[in-house]
Amino acid sequence: MKKTKVIVGLGSCGIAAGASKTYSALEEILAKGEMDFELAKTSCIGMCYKEPLVEIRDEKGKIIYGDMTAEAVERILKSHLLDGKIDLDRAVVAEKRKTPEDSFFEGQVKIALRNCGYMDPESLDQALERDAYKAIKTLISENKSSMDIIQTMIDSGLRGRGGGGFPTGLKWKFAYQNESDQKYIICNADEGDPGAFMDRSLLEGDPHAVLEGMMIGGYTIGASQGVIYCRAEYPLAIKRLNIAINQAKAKGLLGEKIFGSDFSFDIYVKEGAGAFVCGEETALIASIEGKRGMPRKRPPFPAVSGLWAKPTNINNVETWANVPWIINHGANAYAAFGTEKSKGTKVFALTGKIKHGGLVEVPMGVTINDIIFKLGGGIQGDKKFKAVQLGGPSGGCIPAELGDTIVDYDSLNATGAIMGSGGMVVMDESTCMIDLAKFFLNFTQEESCGKCTFCRVGTKRMLEMLERITEGKGEDGDIEKLENLAHQIKNNSLCGLGQTAPNPVLTTLKYFRHEYEAHIYDKKCPAKVCKPLLTYTIDPEKCTGCTICAVKCSTHAIDGVRKQIHFINQETCIQCGECYNVCKFEAVLVD
Amino acid sequence: MRITRIAETHNTIVSGDADLTLMKPLLEKYSKKPGSLIPLLQGTQALYGFLPSGAFRAISEATGIAPADIYGVATFYAQFRLSPVGKNIIKVCHGTACHVQNANAITDAIKDHLGVNDGETTADGEFTLESVACLGCCSLAPVMMIGENTYGKLNGKSAVKILREIKKQLRSSQLKAEK
Ligand SMILES: Cc1cc2nc3c(=O)[nH]c(=O)nc-3n(C[C@H](O)[C@H](O)[C@H](O)COP(=O)(O)O)c2cc1C
Ligand code: SF4
Ligand code: SF4
Ligand code: FES
Ligand code: FES
Repeated sequence: MKKTKVIVGLGSCGIAAGASKTYSALEEILAKGEMDFELAKTSCIGMCYKEPLVEIRDEKGKIIYGDMTAEAVERILKSHLLDGKIDLDRAVVAEKRKTPEDSFFEGQVKIALRNCGYMDPESLDQALERDAYKAIKTLISENKSSMDIIQTMIDSGLRGRGGGGFPTGLKWKFAYQNESDQKYIICNADEGDPGAFMDRSLLEGDPHAVLEGMMIGGYTIGASQGVIYCRAEYPLAIKRLNIAINQAKAKGLLGEKIFGSDFSFDIYVKEGAGAFVCGEETALIASIEGKRGMPRKRPPFPAVSGLWAKPTNINNVETWANVPWIINHGANAYAAFGTEKSKGTKVFALTGKIKHGGLVEVPMGVTINDIIFKLGGGIQGDKKFKAVQLGGPSGGCIPAELGDTIVDYDSLNATGAIMGSGGMVVMDESTCMIDLAKFFLNFTQEESCGKCTFCRVGTKRMLEMLERITEGKGEDGDIEKLENLAHQIKNNSLCGLGQTAPNPVLTTLKYFRHEYEAHIYDKKCPAKVCKPLLTYTIDPEKCTGCTICAVKCSTHAIDGVRKQIHFINQETCIQCGECYNVCKFEAVLVD
Repeated sequence: MRITRIAETHNTIVSGDADLTLMKPLLEKYSKKPGSLIPLLQGTQALYGFLPSGAFRAISEATGIAPADIYGVATFYAQFRLSPVGKNIIKVCHGTACHVQNANAITDAIKDHLGVNDGETTADGEFTLESVACLGCCSLAPVMMIGENTYGKLNGKSAVKILREIKKQLRSSQLKAEK
C-alpha cells in the first residue's frame, strides 16, 4: 500500500492564515507515532477564504480540508486516518465526492495556474513530472525556427497579462527582428496594483513555469540573458525563484548549451525597492540599471533599445507562465478558450466584500456576475452588490447593473474600466465610491515619479478636491473641474501611470454621479463612510439610559441622566462614531 | 509625488554612529558591477536598518557614482530609510482590499495607542508605524505585519490588543535579561 500523504499549503497567504503553525503541529503529531504519514508541502490553490488548507491523499482518494488551524488539524486527521471518516462538511475538494465548496472550482480553467497547489514548488522532480521544461526541450530537439514559434504565439491569441494586453507573438517578433549581439528577456514581477496577488501566487506555486516561458522567449528572439524584476515585498516568491533557478542550473536545464544545443540561457532575480511606477517597462529597465525608476519616452521601444540599450522583450509573469502550455498543447488548444479577440484564460484575485475571496482562473468570456456570484459565492453578509473595481489604480469600477459584462478586453474597455492585471475588488453598499476614488488618487499621486507636470501636480489638485468633497466642503462646479482636470491629465502625461490615474474618478463619476452630488449639494454620504458628513442622533424609543455613550464621548457632547433618554448635542459632536460603537441597544442612529 | 515622502518623513541624513567597515564585503561584491547601486543600498540597509550618512560617501568612493545620484536613488524608492527605525516595525496594509475593509481604523487606533504618526518611531525606539500597500493576503483583510508575523481580520481594538501583548512579552524578556 502506498503511504498516506499529508500536504500543507504554504504560500505566503496560507502562512499568514497560520499554515506554518499547522505544519509544526503535524510534525509533532508525526513524532508521537500514533499516525503514520508522509508530510509534504505545496503552494496555494487560490482558496484564500479557507486557508490554512491541508490535503490528505490515501486509498480514499485526494481530500483537501479547509480551515485547518493548528488546533483543528489533529482531530480531523484522527477521524480521517484512524476512523476512516471523511468530514465532507469541512472538505473543500474531494475526489469523486461532492463538497459544499465545489462551486468555487466549477467554471475555472487552470492553464497559468496548472501546477499551483498540485506540487511542491521547491521540488524540481515534481515539476518535471508535471511537464516542466518539456516545451523548450521539444522546440530545441525539433530545431523549430523562431518564426514558427512566433506564429504559434500569434495564433494562440495570447495577449499580455500585465495590463496592456498587447499581442505577445507580435511583441516577440519585433524583438526577434532587431539584430544585435546581445538581447535580453525580462519578466515583470513588480505586481504593483495594491490588492492583487496573482503573480505572487504563481511565482510561489510554480516558479519553473515562468523560467521555462522566459527560456522559450529567449530561444525565440535570440537572447541569452533573462532578468526577473520582482518586488521586494515578496520574499517567499524571491526565495522560491532562486531555488528553482539553482535547481535548473544544476540539472543543466539553464546555463550553457542547453540540451546539447547552441542555445545558452541564464536568469537572475532583481529585487525591486518599492515604487509602483517601476512596473512600467521603461522605468523598470532604468531601475534594473540602478537608476531612479523614471519612465522615458517611447519610441524607441524596448524591443529596439531596452536594457543596456539592447533589444529587450518584457512580459508579465502570467504571460510567461502560459507560454510552455501553449507550446505543449498547441495554439488552437489555447485559442479554443475565450472570445473572438480575447483568447485563453485570465487569473483574477477576488477580494473585498466577497464571500469566497481568492484566486480564480477563468476562460475569457464569462460574465462578471458569474465570477462574483458563482465562483465568489456572492457578497459577504448577503448584502447588496454595488460595484467591482478592475485594474486597481489604473482601472475603473463596473456597477452592479453592468454585471452581465463579459470578461474580454474590448467589452471591459467599453465600460470605462480595464482588464488590468487581474485585481478584482468587490464592493457592497457600505463602500463610498468617492472615498474609493480618493483612495486610488492618493495612491497614484504618491507614486507619480514627478516627471510630468499634469501627473505630478494635477493628481494632487484632484485629490485635494476629493478631500474637500468628502469633508463636506464640496462646491457647485467641483464635478466639472474634476472632469476637466482628469482629461488634461490623461492627455498630457508621458506614461501609463498618469494617463490612467484619473480613471477611478471618471468611472465613479460616470456610474455614481448621484453620490458625488449627494456629498456636494446635500452634504450627505449615502454609504455612511465620510465621517464629517454624518449626523449622529439617539433613538428615544430604543435608548435605555445606560450612560455608556455619555461616558465614552470624548467631547462630552452627550447629555442625559441614568435611566433617561440621552441626547447628542450637534454643536459639540465631532462625528467620531464612538457612541455608535459602544451602544449595546442600537439606539444611536447615523444619517 | 515621490518627493513628498522625504519632506514628510526624513528631512536629514543621520549618521547614527554606524561602523562603516561592515560594508567592506558588500562593496567588494558589487562596486565593479554595473547597475548595482540598488543592491548596494539594499545591502547597506540590511546591515544598519537604515542608510547612515557615511554610507553614501563610502559607496560613492567605491563606485565613482556621485553622492547626489546615490541620494536621488535612495529617496526615490520607498524601501530606503535615511533615519533609524524602531526595533519592531508595524506595517499596516492600506492596499485596496484592506482599505475597503476599513484599514484606517487600525492605523488610527495604533496612532492613538502609541502616540506616533504614520512613519514615526516611538520615543523608546521600540515601534515604528508604517503604511504599506498590499501584503498579499487580501482575503484576510484588514491585515498588519509586525516583524515576521502577519495578523488578519483585524479591527482597531484587536490591533491594539496585539500590541499590548507584544509589549508585555518585550517587558518580560527585558526583565529576564536584566536578571
Ligand atoms: C504605472 C504602470 C505600472 C505597471 N505595473 C505593472 C506590473 O506591476 N506588472 C506588469 O506585469 N506590468 C505592469 N505594467 C505594464 C508594463 O509596462 C508592461 O506593459 C508589461 O509588463 C508587458 O508585459 P505583458 O505584455 O506580458 O503584459 C505597468 C504599466 C504602468 C504604466
Ligand atoms: S505620467 Fe507620471 S509617472 Fe508617468 S512619467 Fe509622467 S510624471 Fe512620471
Ligand atoms: S449607549 Fe445607547 S442606550 Fe446607552 S445611553 Fe447611549 S444611546 Fe442610550
Ligand atoms: S490562499 Fe493563496 S493566494 Fe490566497
Ligand atoms: S490589500 Fe491588504 S493584504 Fe492586500
